[in-house]
Amino acid sequence: MTKRRIISLLMENSPGALSRVVGLFSQRGYNIETLTVAPTEDETLSRLTVTTMGDGHTIEQITKNLNKLVDVVKLVDLTEGAHIERELMMIKVKASGAQRAEVKRCVDIFRGQIIDVTSTVYTMQITGTSDKLDSFISAIGETAVLEVVRTGVSGISRGEKVLSL
Amino acid sequence: MLIRSLQDEGVDLVFGYPGGSALHIYDALFRQDSVKHVLVRHEQAATHAADAYARATGNVGTVLVTSGPGATNAITGIATAYMDSIPMVVISGQVPSSKIGEDAFQETDMVGVSRPIVKHSFLVKEAKDIPETIKKAYYIASTGRPGPVVVDVPKDITDPNFTFEYHYPEKVKIRSYTPAGRGHSGQIKKAVQLLLGAKRPVIYAGGGVILGNASAQLTQLTKLLNYPITNTLMGLGCYPGSDKQFIGMLGMHGTFEANTAMHHSDVILAVGARFDDRVTNTVEKFCPTAKIIHIDIDPASISKTVAADIPIVGAVDLVLNEMLDLLKQGDITPDEAALAEWWRQINEWRDRHGLYTQNRFDNSSEMIKPQEVVQALYEVTKGDAYITSDVGQHQMFAAQYYRFDKPRRWINSGGLGTMGFGLPAAMGAQMADRDAVVACVTGEGSIQMCIQELSTCTQYKLPIKIICINNQALGMVKQWQDMNYDSRYSEILYEDSLPDFIKLAESYGHVGIKVTKREELKEKMQECFAMKDKVVFMDIYVDPSEHVYPMLIAPNGSMRDMWLSKTERT
Repeated sequence: MTKRRIISLLMENSPGALSRVVGLFSQRGYNIETLTVAPTEDETLSRLTVTTMGDGHTIEQITKNLNKLVDVVKLVDLTEGAHIERELMMIKVKASGAQRAEVKRCVDIFRGQIIDVTSTVYTMQITGTSDKLDSFISAIGETAVLEVVRTGVSGISRGEKVLSL
Repeated sequence: MLIRSLQDEGVDLVFGYPGGSALHIYDALFRQDSVKHVLVRHEQAATHAADAYARATGNVGTVLVTSGPGATNAITGIATAYMDSIPMVVISGQVPSSKIGEDAFQETDMVGVSRPIVKHSFLVKEAKDIPETIKKAYYIASTGRPGPVVVDVPKDITDPNFTFEYHYPEKVKIRSYTPAGRGHSGQIKKAVQLLLGAKRPVIYAGGGVILGNASAQLTQLTKLLNYPITNTLMGLGCYPGSDKQFIGMLGMHGTFEANTAMHHSDVILAVGARFDDRVTNTVEKFCPTAKIIHIDIDPASISKTVAADIPIVGAVDLVLNEMLDLLKQGDITPDEAALAEWWRQINEWRDRHGLYTQNRFDNSSEMIKPQEVVQALYEVTKGDAYITSDVGQHQMFAAQYYRFDKPRRWINSGGLGTMGFGLPAAMGAQMADRDAVVACVTGEGSIQMCIQELSTCTQYKLPIKIICINNQALGMVKQWQDMNYDSRYSEILYEDSLPDFIKLAESYGHVGIKVTKREELKEKMQECFAMKDKVVFMDIYVDPSEHVYPMLIAPNGSMRDMWLSKTERT
């Protein structure tokens, strides 16, 4: 059964490491839905989170092949256990006249913030699961949307469990 | 510094071709004599030769090329080594660091171009990193599931005017790289129990046994159990090919008895094999009644196409040792009655269609059959030569009819299927063992893909015997066109443009022998191998209409569905 998975990994913060990870996905025909990567508190390591779709067999192959990459130090499939996931979205919408109050209300409901304002435009930031961000877009109405930028999913395990060396 | 690192790594032989970005390295090479260099005629040949050197010896092969076209010419050879998991280090010169990214003369992003076909790669950023990078490259190439590693070195990094304190590390530790060692004891115990309970077992062994130097353990285990064993194309020689427990190669052109036994088996012990599509035929119909034990050093090879019931990740030699210990101390023994019945069945298959119980090809025609060439080669070399091959019908005939008793003697491009591999591979094998008999089984198509290496053979006095099975067409393509495209021969004929191989060989100072008649085949073959210090090019004209059989029926066939001849099928 095809399911959405969040794979999070620590890899060497070295040139070429990211291209090896991304290359693996295209080379073996796996898909990437979202991808985020940044250095960690240990500057020799980067943390990369990728969301992908696949059945159990595909996901097993993806994790095995990722683990085989020499630059990949450690890996976890967050969706195997309890976890928290967040994505940040910045969204610019038309907002003039009566619309302004309506948009403002909507942002409050979704616990977002307005981070930039002009007389006709609101720019807002919303964080949450990908579903929540999707819901916000449909609540606000797609016709009003001028621009959307999303960071992709980051995730972390709940409780004591950590991904570290 | 680079050459000194190679010396300290114990490298004594490099195959390569110089060029602008590699000049500093070549100058350092000139001013020493412990690392020998073989100058090839094309970088592809350097990689194939180093690859075959690695296959013949078990050591890491080393290649040295320049940037740009030097590097890209090496790509086919790197891909070949990658697909067959061959340990190899390719050092490529690169344009100076300051020019990288500027589309400089002879600049190619080698790390980028080679990325999908290497186990790992390095771009050296600073001269002081050379020793550690070289150490890591050889360590990664040779451990775990072996593979090629590229080290790209910008020209300024090898500038002899730049000095630093040199220290070659004894050992390296890479935190993100831990190759598998011993297998899981619990799994091994379960595997032994399943194996001993089998009524129709088959041992299916591949190239991993050769790469992991586990032929002795595998042979001991197989004999102890008295189970039938089949080898993949890459595994030939890991178990003695002339032994009665050996039921031949399996897969697309495997023997009737091996493929049929696999299909009807109840337990398969897969060792260092990867259930390649050329083995399994239709995966959904693969061995429907079998439980599968799969031993492999690479976890990603296990349950990739065929799910394993008992997966064991580990080095094959260590896992087999542990299995042997359990078998020797255990009080359970194989089911003798079931095994006797299984052998009776297999022997009946063997008698019915086996390749070794009688000739399965029609040798009543006037023309020599390609199978007869390999049979003659086997006889004359007493089955003890290094045989390299190119890709096509001749490769399959060699695999079927040359019965390898020792590992590392059969050297061919299995995974990638690289035409042009055979001749440079023979050079690599001959460099590995200067006294050995090395023959390259090839075709008139394949040999022309790296024919320039006849010159290298002259320069380094490599007395290779080239056995060219000449059917005047791209035979394997022709066979497929016969079977699937109503014999529409699209672009497989040369229209009288083939060179006179005898004159060609002679122009390089070699000997050429042309054979067209069956009655002179063996005598000429003996003549060829009697010339111990000469390259001999045997141009043997064979029946162009011959096909390779058995052949698994695809698509949608299982392993027991085979063509046995042009008219007969299971």
